[in-house]
Amino acid sequence: MESSISIRDLSLSFGAVKVLRNLNIEIGQGEFLVLLGSSGCGKSTLLNCIAGLLDVTDGQIFIQGKNVTWAEPSDRGIGMVFQSYALYPQMTVEGNLSFGLKNAGMAKDEIKKRVARAAEILQIEPLLKRKPAALSGGQRQRVAIGRALVRDVDVFLFDEPLSNLDAKLRADLRVEIKRLHQRLKNTMIYVTHDQVEALTLADRIAIMKGGNIQQLASPNEIYNKPANKYVADFIGSPSMNFLEGVIDISGAPQFNSDVMSFDISGYEFVDGPTGGPAWFGIRPEHIVTGELLANAPVQFDAEVELVEPMGSDTLVWAKVEGVPMHFRMDGQAEVRSGDQMRIGFDPARANIFNKETELRI
Amino acid sequence: MSSERPNGLFRNIPAKVAAIPMIITALVVFMGGSLWTMAYSLTKSKLLPKWKFVGLDQYERLWSTKRWVVSIENLFIYGVCMLIASFVIGFILAALMDQKIRFENTFRTIILYPFALSFIVTGLVWQWILNPEFGIQSIIRGLGFTSFEFDPLYNADIAIYGILIAGLWQGTGLIMVLMLAGLRGIDQEIWKAAKVDGIPTWKTYLFIVIPMMRPVFITTLVLVAASIVKVYDLIVAQTGGGPGISTEMPAKYVYDYMFGGQNLGQGFAASTMMLLAVLVVVIPWAYLEFGGKKRG
Ligand SMILES: Nc1ncnc2c1ncn2[C@@H]1O[C@H](COP(=O)(O)OP(=O)(O)OP(=O)(O)O)[C@@H](O)[C@H]1O
Ligand SMILES: [Mg+2]
Repeated sequence: MESSISIRDLSLSFGAVKVLRNLNIEIGQGEFLVLLGSSGCGKSTLLNCIAGLLDVTDGQIFIQGKNVTWAEPSDRGIGMVFQSYALYPQMTVEGNLSFGLKNAGMAKDEIKKRVARAAEILQIEPLLKRKPAALSGGQRQRVAIGRALVRDVDVFLFDEPLSNLDAKLRADLRVEIKRLHQRLKNTMIYVTHDQVEALTLADRIAIMKGGNIQQLASPNEIYNKPANKYVADFIGSPSMNFLEGVIDISGAPQFNSDVMSFDISGYEFVDGPTGGPAWFGIRPEHIVTGELLANAPVQFDAEVELVEPMGSDTLVWAKVEGVPMHFRMDGQAEVRSGDQMRIGFDPARANIFNKETELRI
Repeated sequence: MSSERPNGLFRNIPAKVAAIPMIITALVVFMGGSLWTMAYSLTKSKLLPKWKFVGLDQYERLWSTKRWVVSIENLFIYGVCMLIASFVIGFILAALMDQKIRFENTFRTIILYPFALSFIVTGLVWQWILNPEFGIQSIIRGLGFTSFEFDPLYNADIAIYGILIAGLWQGTGLIMVLMLAGLRGIDQEIWKAAKVDGIPTWKTYLFIVIPMMRPVFITTLVLVAASIVKVYDLIVAQTGGGPGISTEMPAKYVYDYMFGGQNLGQGFAASTMMLLAVLVVVIPWAYLEFGGKKRG
């Protein structure tokens, strides 16, 4: 099937500053793609390029098979939702939804039909006569989504639509956006720096850094098989534990650091066992204690330094042979700082990265 | 503390104490002064205020004086043209300036510069520029167009527009800066949203941006309106009210009668009329803006 959006060799510079470097992305019909990355990595810039709000320096953009690199934003078949809602404050909700359509010279009853449909989908019918100032943040964002919806376009672009909302509302609206996607089956590109949003919403996630895409893959793959150390560190909260050392493949693969060494035969190397200096990474939730130790080939004694109870689980910050490690325990676990405990993990769940290139090995 | 609602009068006492001098000034100087003026406009005061009541005689005389009527007409022409032209030009300049142009600071300084000059200087400069002997007219004639005529200050029918040019030259910079500040306050994402909606730039300005700038417009309106009503020095420097009485203004009338014509009663009556005119405009506006319905 033809891809919905195709970005080819896209580059963008502001003067001497290169913000996007040679990006290539193919987005399938009805796919939900999340652009994830730390602040300033170029997510909004990429989205604005797709929307036509910024002129690209080099490369091409195709939407539904049409080359739209130099098309006006309104001719690209996109709708866009912004972080600050960007509603027209002097118009009612209805006015906000219909202004663009009226301007395009659409027939009155068609406009009415579309507004009514958007209002029904987003459940904002009772708000139609109000002005944005009289709406809560969540309601405003719904209206902003509605404004994209009435355009009846193939592609939705979201730029951190939930960042201005409180945690509870964010979770609610997140579910609603997912539901909306399932109902409309449009292609959606969604920018966020919230990894929970990314992991829950996305069909695929593109992790960006400094104008490059570090990894473009399903949430599952990003989480379990990060392509490099940056991605591994960026995804997951709290972040992955990293140990610095050397892989020895003279016999069964071994990881040796200054203070510990253990067998990593369970680990699946990308291209067969590879030796040399490396980072060994293990997620806090993959470190086990208690009875689960039976399945953990690698085990250590740890001294607990700090305990953070989080309700559903407990985060433990500990030291193993003087090396800091943190891991998750059950919410009911009875641990106190100063406790000694046995911890372990299965190297099969670990992630190992080359020391130099920081790529997964 | 009791659970009763505290008496409003005693809340925020320090703030109220701090405001007392200003309140007293406002009451005594502004209100008192105005009332005193109004009272003495009903008398036959000449060189000195004298309490010799003559009813509305001064007003009758005022409105039958050609010079006053011309002054009011001039103020009306000057005011309407000035308001419209300075808002339109100021806004357009600000909108151009907002296009991320280079040397913005330089342009802004150049355009705002006239505002830093006193009206007297502006008036004199424009008197020279518009002077047919050595201003624009002589320059253009010097270029070979010998029949070219441009002497607004010497033609009673259009002299007021000569004043208007100078007023615009001086006042537009401030309006531009205020409007520019207002434009800069508009969220960039509003512009992006309008672009995605396919709304042309001029429509975005007209239907979205300008309505959002309402507070800036009101502030600017008040400033400009005040400067229009009290315009005096520009006239004195540029034309002295001439040719004839063709560029007289109410403020000049007041000044001339109070201090030149030694006819205080007439000056008081004229200034009362000016105050009245301002109130007629301000009160309904203030009522709409602050009173009546709550903002929503
Ligand atoms: N008009 C501009 N001129 C110069 N540099 C710019 C301009 N706009 C953005 N940049 C730079 O481009 C980079 C990417 O900006 P962008 O807004 O895309 O970041 P982002 O990933 O969306 O970040 P955030 O999560 O904070 O929104 C930043 O380093 C920023 O400083
Ligand atoms: Mg951004």
